[in-house]
Amino acid sequence: MRTTLSPETDASPTTLPEKTTIQLTINGSVHHLELAPWTSLLDALREYLHLTGTKKGCDHGQCGACTVLVDGKRINSCLTLAIMKEGAEITTIEGLAGENGLHPLQTAFIEHDAYQCGYCTPGQICSAVGLMNEGRAKTTDDIRELMSGNICRCGAYPHIVDAIQEVMKIDPKA
Amino acid sequence: MNRFSYSRPGNVDTAVGELTRHEGAKFIAGGTNLLDLMKENVERPNHLIDINHLALKTIEDTEDGGLRLGALATNADTAYNDKVESRYPLLSQAILAGASAQLRNMATNGGNLFQRTRCYYFYDTGTPCNKREPGSGCGAFNGFNRIHAILGTSDENPETRCIATHPSDMAVALAALEAIIRVTGPNGERTVPIADFHRLPGNEPWLDTTIQPGELVTAIDLPAKGFPDYYAYIKLRDRQSYAFALVSVAVGLEIENNQITDARIALGGVAHKPWRKPEAEAMLVGKTVTEADFQSVAETILSGAKGYGHNTFKIELAKRAIVRALQRAAKTETES
Amino acid sequence: MTKYIGKSMSRVDGVAKVTGKAKYAAEYSAPDLAYGYVVCSTIAKGKITRINTDEVLQIPGVIQLFTHENRPRLACFDLNYKDQDAPPGSPFRPLRDEKVVYNGQPIALVVAETFEIARYAASLVKVEYEQEDHDTALEHNLHRGRGPKSGVASLLKSPPPKPRGDFEKAFQAAPFKTTGQHIHSVEHHNPIEMFASTVVYEKNGKLTIYDKTQGAPNSQMYVAQVFNLPFKDVRVISPYVGGAFGSGLRPQYQLFLAVLAALELKRSVRVSLTRQQMFTFGHRPATVQNLSLGATADGTLDAIRHDAIAETSRFEDYFEIVVNWSGMLYPAENTKSTYDLVPLDVFTPLDMRAPGGVTGVPALEMEIDELAHKIGMDPIEFRLKNYTEKDMDQDLPFSSKELRECFRQGAERFGWSGRKPEPRSMRRGHTLIGWGMATGIWEASQGPARAEAVLTVNGKLRVTSATADIGTGTYTIMTQIAADTLGMPIEDVIFRLGDSDMPLAPIEGGSWTAATVGTAVKVACEDLGKKLFKMAQKMKNSPFADVKQDDITFADAHIRLKSDPSVAVSLLDIVGTNGGRAVSETSTSLPSMLEQRKYARAAHSAVFVEVEVDEDFGTVRVTRAVTAVAGGRILNPKTARSQIVGGMVWGISKALEEESVMDHQFGRFMNHNLSEYHVAVHADIRELDVIFVEENDTIVNPLGVKGLGEIGIVGMPAAVANAIFHATGKRVRSLPITLDKLL
Repeated sequence: MRTTLSPETDASPTTLPEKTTIQLTINGSVHHLELAPWTSLLDALREYLHLTGTKKGCDHGQCGACTVLVDGKRINSCLTLAIMKEGAEITTIEGLAGENGLHPLQTAFIEHDAYQCGYCTPGQICSAVGLMNEGRAKTTDDIRELMSGNICRCGAYPHIVDAIQEVMKIDPKA
Repeated sequence: MNRFSYSRPGNVDTAVGELTRHEGAKFIAGGTNLLDLMKENVERPNHLIDINHLALKTIEDTEDGGLRLGALATNADTAYNDKVESRYPLLSQAILAGASAQLRNMATNGGNLFQRTRCYYFYDTGTPCNKREPGSGCGAFNGFNRIHAILGTSDENPETRCIATHPSDMAVALAALEAIIRVTGPNGERTVPIADFHRLPGNEPWLDTTIQPGELVTAIDLPAKGFPDYYAYIKLRDRQSYAFALVSVAVGLEIENNQITDARIALGGVAHKPWRKPEAEAMLVGKTVTEADFQSVAETILSGAKGYGHNTFKIELAKRAIVRALQRAAKTETES
Repeated sequence: MTKYIGKSMSRVDGVAKVTGKAKYAAEYSAPDLAYGYVVCSTIAKGKITRINTDEVLQIPGVIQLFTHENRPRLACFDLNYKDQDAPPGSPFRPLRDEKVVYNGQPIALVVAETFEIARYAASLVKVEYEQEDHDTALEHNLHRGRGPKSGVASLLKSPPPKPRGDFEKAFQAAPFKTTGQHIHSVEHHNPIEMFASTVVYEKNGKLTIYDKTQGAPNSQMYVAQVFNLPFKDVRVISPYVGGAFGSGLRPQYQLFLAVLAALELKRSVRVSLTRQQMFTFGHRPATVQNLSLGATADGTLDAIRHDAIAETSRFEDYFEIVVNWSGMLYPAENTKSTYDLVPLDVFTPLDMRAPGGVTGVPALEMEIDELAHKIGMDPIEFRLKNYTEKDMDQDLPFSSKELRECFRQGAERFGWSGRKPEPRSMRRGHTLIGWGMATGIWEASQGPARAEAVLTVNGKLRVTSATADIGTGTYTIMTQIAADTLGMPIEDVIFRLGDSDMPLAPIEGGSWTAATVGTAVKVACEDLGKKLFKMAQKMKNSPFADVKQDDITFADAHIRLKSDPSVAVSLLDIVGTNGGRAVSETSTSLPSMLEQRKYARAAHSAVFVEVEVDEDFGTVRVTRAVTAVAGGRILNPKTARSQIVGGMVWGISKALEEESVMDHQFGRFMNHNLSEYHVAVHADIRELDVIFVEENDTIVNPLGVKGLGEIGIVGMPAAVANAIFHATGKRVRSLPITLDKLL
């Protein structure tokens, strides 16, 4: 007979971390939230602001479903704390479509059937916006490499690449 | 995840002061590894000091012809920096071989140095790990050790046994470039050569680096010699992208009139730190590109390597990767 | 008649998916929602002796800690816990007692005011165990293999076929033979959406449950039976499912825990699993297969022996069809096959995309390749020589089988005729290039289903069935079928699914939904059409008063006379006569067993793959692949192509990357995350080409469809492995083929 114990983690857990008012700018609107530091940006979006377009696929930066744009750059919102993004401009999938309709990438995703279950899709699209902002992808293989942080378990990769390629006007044969 | 408080100092001195005052506090920059580990209950800081607002983001020339990388410059900004791309393409390539575009946009240069091992047992609080829980044992030693170390391991005493690897790509290139790490702490500033920054597990596998409590990495200095003409970074992994290295090799050569005048070879994925063997590098110096015996160099670097079952293949793989990287750097690789 | 069926159409749920408006199980909110966080065991076998409940309950914001100690009394018969996909045995019951039966078993649920508090409190749950020795290694227990128990589920899964001829004698005499042991690792489904249930506790005590499932009625039945609730008090809703691949065929433990907490606390509760916990329930089982093939001098495949041993849990006998495929593919006269299980201290395996098929067929197809190589025949030539027009084991002809055409069109598209037969004959520098091919097969099945068709007062057609769309395109193809059947413009048709209040449909899996639910939708729309026609006949001055149903047609939202389409009544006018009420019809469709049982029914594919292998490093890259599919009628080439491409990606991922590695010291999967459990990423996938070969089949079902969810993956792993053999001369029979196996 052997006995095992889970590791000791916290000596006297009788108080919780203090909440503070955090100001987040999301899709152009300012939001004030009462949050403790331990709330990730992803959970702030999904659980506190009900902006559930940003997805949780692993919560560890290993799938890309939570990709959002912070000051135009794509990041994994699961691996940052909401409190660390005060003052930043955050764009989520809900903020991509303009008054004149869908973002060109959104249209291209529909056109190319660049999704199946749709769960990784917002992350793929936000990531592709980030990719275009970066301006580093010149070839199809560049797109494949630089989109590799977004896993599509349904396997829509060829269609996702087609959609991005079309919007970026990259010659598929290049 | 445990509970913690949070502060956001505006300058280096305040940040260092806060870390010294708060026992159990940690700096957070990109957060890509720390928050990951906190969600696994592996890291349990009681206070996070957000250093993202410190003025440590610049990349600028140094007086001796080198380049200073701010500790808080992101991996992406570093890899895509014009000066890094033209003068240190090896570093640029190594950084871009790691993680994903999103993670590189978040991860900082300083944080990259403090990345912790990807050992499955270290990550899983349901298993023993001497690095995570000193004295609890090493699950990997008799377990699933395919991604584990073959060089510089600590495998004799069960209570300090550790065969973990350092997972960084960037650090492997920095080792080849002989970067100098600038550190600020309660006792002022100091510099640490990259070779002395990470440590082998020895009898204290829970210590990853030689950095002292209260210290903050402020910059990474790259010496002038950047091997922009003859270099290679080869990373071997289980898929084409977004995976940690089973083995990686960074090579920088200086070649004049077909003769090798300087050589650096660093290995990743094989030890608790980027692995170099100066005597192997010396075997190349003075040789012409065609007469140099890359295979012997590889054998020398891997001398003393030891496999633990699942990872034994890494010994042969590393040798082949070294030979290929040397060929590629020396531009003698067979057309492919 | 078919304005939409067969046409490439963008998904009807496309805008919802690209804008983030499509909502998944964890994305519904409720007032006063509490959050549950699951605590899992860290031992594989033993007893829980203590849990520090009192300490955990002192954490501010913690509402309750549910464990086996305070679990309320629930149904006590195994039958109550059986879901539609339950294998024979005694289903796992979370928090049943102090026993731990596998590593990662859910042993407690913390419920708190916020997700963060629940997660924090879960980290403070301390569990003491009395540990017992466990046994989790299939390879050490092959001698314990025994036949699976039979049960209800075995009705759908045939046992190994009876032997034919005399295998031993034929094999002994065969001038060409091959024998190989094939080892497949455990794999986990890992849909990107993690399992979650949001249980809304309504004011009247009823439950509305947003669940991740491949069958809302399956979850409803499970909850009602386990918790002793009337069916009408449990409604399960699941309009979008973020991938499932079989993992949603059984209710997962978060559903049980969330419902338990909601009922006990009389409060709405959400429980989401973590990615690590996605490795703590069903998985594709590890298997060991032994194959021996023998051929005569002229290349006639004469003898096949296929034996498989798979793992299962100690409490249920999960089994799949692994050894039955050769009789459907090759007309060998002498065959023998066995299928055994080894119970281990693991969770019960679970159907995962092409269960059994993508285990047995790749092993068979690798040996076929090996045998063709030994004989010196081209792999396609060998397959054509040994082509069968009937299922040998059932002795039934195929309802349709255009596999020959798949070989022809696939080979042409790929450029197969340019292949040099010798292994290691194509290289570029360090890179060895290999071309390989394989056959795929998956049975075409159809089940019973119900659907409701409603013509609304404003003339729109609304069709519902409680099926699921896990990314398969169900929403879109059902809309197409409905629109064509009732002659409606597609923008006036809406199809809804994923609600247990809707007419019953079976769990969505096994590539049978297009056939099963598609037929129900067709029948419901036809029945609604009949009803509308009768109403039209009764209208004042009806032009159809003396017309027979056979003489009219539905087109452009009108009923029209076939002989003179200008004679017409609009559907809107017909519904207008119904006193301000919609007109509806609910219908049941059943497969026509009498006709179907006279035939073997299957989709086929031929897969062609090019790989590049770095000779020094053993790294493999699939540079291009072509799959030619004979899958019956293609309802929507655009979504159909996605199904096949997805299957091909899965096949590459399985062949080269996927493996859940258990450390038998602990009986625990160690690479339980998406960083170390490798699935294909963008950079792994290059040119994938799909050909749909024309195939008309009037037997399989009234729509002539065969289903495409699995056929894309089945042939792929062997094609990759055969290409690697052609490139390197190495026959690697254990999947995944990681670089170390090629060094």
